[in-house]
Amino acid sequence: MREIALHLLDIAENSVRAGAETVRITVEEDLANDRLIASVEDNGSGMDAETLARIADPFVTTRTTRRVGLGIPLLKAAAETCDGGLTIESKPDEGTRLTVDFQRSHIDRMPLGDLAGTMLSLVIGFPDVHWVLTYRVDDETFIFDDEPIKRELDDISLTEPSVLSFMRGVLEEGIDSIRQVD
Amino acid sequence: MPVVKSLDDLKKIREEALEKRKLKATSGRAQVTVCMGTCGIAAGAREAMTAILDVIESESLSDVVVKQTGCVGLCEAEPIVEVEITDEPKVRYGHVTPERAQQIMREHVMDGEVVEELVIQS
Repeated sequence: MREIALHLLDIAENSVRAGAETVRITVEEDLANDRLIASVEDNGSGMDAETLARIADPFVTTRTTRRVGLGIPLLKAAAETCDGGLTIESKPDEGTRLTVDFQRSHIDRMPLGDLAGTMLSLVIGFPDVHWVLTYRVDDETFIFDDEPIKRELDDISLTEPSVLSFMRGVLEEGIDSIRQVD
Repeated sequence: MPVVKSLDDLKKIREEALEKRKLKATSGRAQVTVCMGTCGIAAGAREAMTAILDVIESESLSDVVVKQTGCVGLCEAEPIVEVEITDEPKVRYGHVTPERAQQIMREHVMDGEVVEELVIQS
């Protein structure tokens, strides 16, 4: 996958499969310390220590349609190439937090990519999950929380065209307002 | 901390949507599902999803539900998009680029014509 935002989409899908009710995605660009840190935190079913220890093994996967899981191993390798790494903390019945970090200026670091597209895809695709994005660039922060939006809309569909436009606008404007050139 | 757009905008959107619903009971005529496993995402499923949402916005389609699902075991045919129109069998499309996603939305979802050349076996 060629963008960090695509990996975040992939990891968040795992959170949904783990039965998460709330998923918090955080992307932090620390320009002074030249780090780009991203995390996905959920309150899903979590993993036991044995599963957690094997999570970066490409031949370990929870899915039943095929026997390999390449998402996390490839992301881990990409982060390590960029003077960073990937860590996962997880507790059964409590949830999981995956954090990946990169040297921001590393020549091999993949671009952050379309973070708005990733969030829109998740919010629309899994309307029963509470989604929160925190995007921080140094001291500036943009937070997108879909809960107030859903509460206000009540039973109006998130795929209503005007709702889609609203959410796309909020996400794109919010992210672009603080984003630095990759 | 920056504040996002006002919720007043949403109130207005909700009122307009309710008004539209009174005029036309069309909720959920079609369901479009994008397969978004690792294989799908790597092959361009998010871009297909974005193209689908673009058509919903540009054509003001109020009767389409969009969902996501995981890997369906046909990784070689990703991105995969499934379309279900009320009372009709589900149709599964493979190798759905953004352009093809828009074609499926216009021809199948809007006009009811299955895009035969893009259909894959289930």
